[in-house]
Amino acid sequence: MRVACEVNGVAVVREVAPGATLLDFLRYDVGLTGSKEGCGKGECGACTVEVDGRLVTSCLMLAAQVEGRRVRTIEGLGEGHANLLHPVQAAFLECGAVQCGFCTPGFVMAAAAVVDACARHGGRAPTAREVEEGLEGNLCRCTGYQKIRVAVARGVEIAAAECSRKGRDGAARAGTPRTIRKGDAR
Amino acid sequence: MATDEVTEGASWIGRSVKRADGRDKLTGRAKYVDDYAPAGCLHGATVRSAKPHARIKRIDGRAACRVDGVEAVLTASNIPGTNRMPLIINDYPFLADGVVRFVGEAVALVVAETPEAARRAAALVRVDYEDLPGVFDARDALKPGAPRVFGEDNVFKKFRVRRGDVEKAFAEADVVVEAEFETPYQAQAYIETQGMLAEVEADGTVFVAGSMQCPFYVHDAVAAALGVGQNRVRIVQRPTGGGFGGKEDVPSIVAVHAALAAHVTGRPVKFVYTREEDFLAMSKRHPAFARVKYGARRDGTITACEVNYILDAGAYATLSPAVLFRGTVHAVGPYRIPNVAVDTFAVATNKVPPGAFRGFGQPQITFAQESLIDELAARLGIDPFELREKNALRLGDETATGQVLRESCGFGEALAVARRESGWAEKQKRGAQRRDAETQREEASVIAPSRLGVLALNPVAGAGAGAGADAGAGADAGAGADAEAGAGRRVARGIGVSANYYGVGLGAAGKYIDRAGAHVQVQKDGTVLVAVGNTEIGQGARSSLCQIAAEALGAPFEAVHLLDIDTTRVPDSGPTVASRTTLMSGNAILDAARPIRETLVKVAADVLRVAPGAVMVDAHGYRAASGGEALTFQRVASEAYGRRLPVATQGWTVAAPTSFDENGRGDAYVVYAFSVNVAEVEVDLETFETRVVEVTSVHDIGRVVNPGDAEGQVEGGVVQGMGYALCEEVVLDGAAVKNGNFTGYILPTMADSPAIRVRFVEAPYSAGPFGAKGLAETPIVGPAPAIANAIRDAVGVMARRLPITPERLAEMVWEKKREKKIGRKTEDR
Ligand code: FES
Ligand code: FES
Repeated sequence: MRVACEVNGVAVVREVAPGATLLDFLRYDVGLTGSKEGCGKGECGACTVEVDGRLVTSCLMLAAQVEGRRVRTIEGLGEGHANLLHPVQAAFLECGAVQCGFCTPGFVMAAAAVVDACARHGGRAPTAREVEEGLEGNLCRCTGYQKIRVAVARGVEIAAAECSRKGRDGAARAGTPRTIRKGDAR
Repeated sequence: MATDEVTEGASWIGRSVKRADGRDKLTGRAKYVDDYAPAGCLHGATVRSAKPHARIKRIDGRAACRVDGVEAVLTASNIPGTNRMPLIINDYPFLADGVVRFVGEAVALVVAETPEAARRAAALVRVDYEDLPGVFDARDALKPGAPRVFGEDNVFKKFRVRRGDVEKAFAEADVVVEAEFETPYQAQAYIETQGMLAEVEADGTVFVAGSMQCPFYVHDAVAAALGVGQNRVRIVQRPTGGGFGGKEDVPSIVAVHAALAAHVTGRPVKFVYTREEDFLAMSKRHPAFARVKYGARRDGTITACEVNYILDAGAYATLSPAVLFRGTVHAVGPYRIPNVAVDTFAVATNKVPPGAFRGFGQPQITFAQESLIDELAARLGIDPFELREKNALRLGDETATGQVLRESCGFGEALAVARRESGWAEKQKRGAQRRDAETQREEASVIAPSRLGVLALNPVAGAGAGAGADAGAGADAGAGADAEAGAGRRVARGIGVSANYYGVGLGAAGKYIDRAGAHVQVQKDGTVLVAVGNTEIGQGARSSLCQIAAEALGAPFEAVHLLDIDTTRVPDSGPTVASRTTLMSGNAILDAARPIRETLVKVAADVLRVAPGAVMVDAHGYRAASGGEALTFQRVASEAYGRRLPVATQGWTVAAPTSFDENGRGDAYVVYAFSVNVAEVEVDLETFETRVVEVTSVHDIGRVVNPGDAEGQVEGGVVQGMGYALCEEVVLDGAAVKNGNFTGYILPTMADSPAIRVRFVEAPYSAGPFGAKGLAETPIVGPAPAIANAIRDAVGVMARRLPITPERLAEMVWEKKREKKIGRKTEDR
């Protein structure tokens, strides 16, 4: 069957098997291998992507379900941001929140949703609870979660700084045409 | 290094540089094995044994072959070379030949155009079995007449350690404590499952790339299985999504399967395991049984220790002899004990073979032994911290194997730091005050026997009062309920400590493979290529090895690039295990860098017009000791090329000598890391759920090369140790893994993770690169017993079995109350 959708701002049309998951579609048909499969059962969060601004575990979603919708993956997250890194990616790097990196794309997608939600609320720091709720569907076996926690808070700071910088020279806005509205996580 | 004396000023050692691979991993650009899809790639699936022990009568692949897209069905008879994994005892077949010995053992392979077709076809391969009797408990396997899995007695390996006269010491001891402990299979649960991609190149070279810790093990295995020269096999490690020991030996099996299929079909073949398959068939931490006994004088001096330790090693030997060795050497704990008797066994059963998992035979025995130390403290009425401090190994002391600690022992300092930073003294005092109050309340409650009846049945009412009861156990009384904790919940708080040491490197069990190579090449433009044989598996080896290279050469860190690990670049450097990478690859890099640096110093001296001895090297470059502008590394490198000087070399290092005789005497490891963990817990008195609130984790790992990465290693280890303590257990249903997914096997999430305070004590090791020892494993060893001891402090019971689930804890607390009730009734009469 044919699936037509938008992935990271680019129109995509592919022939897929009827039972193909969104994860397989992205990885093997579109060729975006950043999203990972850790379990294939919705248990680990490594495959987390955004569909129409809401986080989904793409291993549980059928490719057919994204027909006509907008998908955003780890590969498209940094677009429009300084150094092509979303504030949360910059924060993960700065805080050492990456080890083996296999959980990272999923974590970053989920963390970005938390950070962006805070940014929408005037850049206030997320509560510990908000961070935990936003990320508890993601498993990491390497980090013990400490540095990820710190990185989310730092990501909010970076986002706030980026926001005020962009506010100052409105021209920068031109770089971020997307208006993706994120849901309150899953 | 000849020029070490003049290295000063800015240094790359001790800096938290950012991971070189961080950006790629954060943007989805890093390519793991399953992210590669060469043209024409076939996909493999594995047919696995449904029987724990059986003779294979027939394998019928005809139906599988008829599935659309299936290219081949392969069995043991297709293996041209040796069908045994080369390791310690070469008993593990890559594909079962004649007999299967555990549920999940690989019996046949199917390769097809798509993974789905391969899996569908694999399910259609028919295997006829004739059942053989099986044995599923290591203690049963040791009994005479037990079904035979290995050799004459099902013992893969045994060790003993004898020191002094234990019998006499126990007879003379003022206090003797003894208990039995049991620990489960724990899964490494790396988030990336096992995977390998193999192809045969135009010149016939077999090329295998994938997720692994030990490319040289894979190299040995593929060459042996295909019966080709090692110079015709090339192994490359791809970015690896976690290992923790689980990608030490078993990737050799996956690699051989892929290589065999590529060899037969002539096409690239990829095997990537599903999570369930990974749980079913891959290695894990050994389940273990331990009986431990300590004897001490009234003043707290430990005089004797006896240990009997059994590892359930499953159907094949894998790394069990080495795992057992590490457990044996560390069995009595990091204490000065004159009389020791340790007997240990790795025993074959018809279950999935465990292998390496971070800690490697130590977490099981350390849980047992450190829990019993708290029992001893309680019996002596001594603070658990004080008891450890009193008996701690210090410089000049002998370990259980008679190894004299000649240098690099920061244990005393680690204990002091942990005590101070965790706030042990005031928390203990608070606990003691609460306990006094509880005891008074309890005294009151004992009067009403009718209420006691309720207590025994009703944990909600009972646990607070029941919290303090081991006969004569001052420090063991339990902290009791703490009313402060939120919204009507009744919780008991507790604090616990554990201490451990960790022999760095392979030690006497692996001394013949404890060597490593490195290739260092300075380029004309001042960038540097480094090749080593130990892998980055998330732990941060890439950063710390680049820091060591930068420091050794006086090059900017950013200029150094560590190549992907490739068996054609450096000779067999042994495995990436045992916290040996910084030490071994680090030293190999230093060996390679030494002549290059000498050359560059001479060049710089010439340009600066000073004597070579007057050249100073630091992170800013090369300059005259007398002052003036520094020459950049780039400038010196290009000058060296202009003078046609060699600035590329191969380095090599071997570990210092180690020994271990038949009575367990010897210098078992080259050096030891030391760790102290303090955990604070809250036990919910209604649900008996344990929440770890805070962990203070202090480690002497010698000089810390990259503090940020090191901290991350410790934090990850602490949470894995917490999982081991509280929730992680691979459950077997008879012989097969029952909970092989992340719904059934519970991993800690962010919401479970405690606040972790990490501290390092740096007692430099003279033979380590810039004084470094090793870190990766010691963080997982101590948290479980520290948590168990904190639970003991909170509710007054000593866990003898991991994980300490709410059900088990509730049962222990109720059991204890029942005993107390019976005891009191008896007293009343
Ligand atoms: S792969 Fe989708 S949740 Fe694990
Ligand atoms: S960084 Fe390895 S699983 Fe999270």
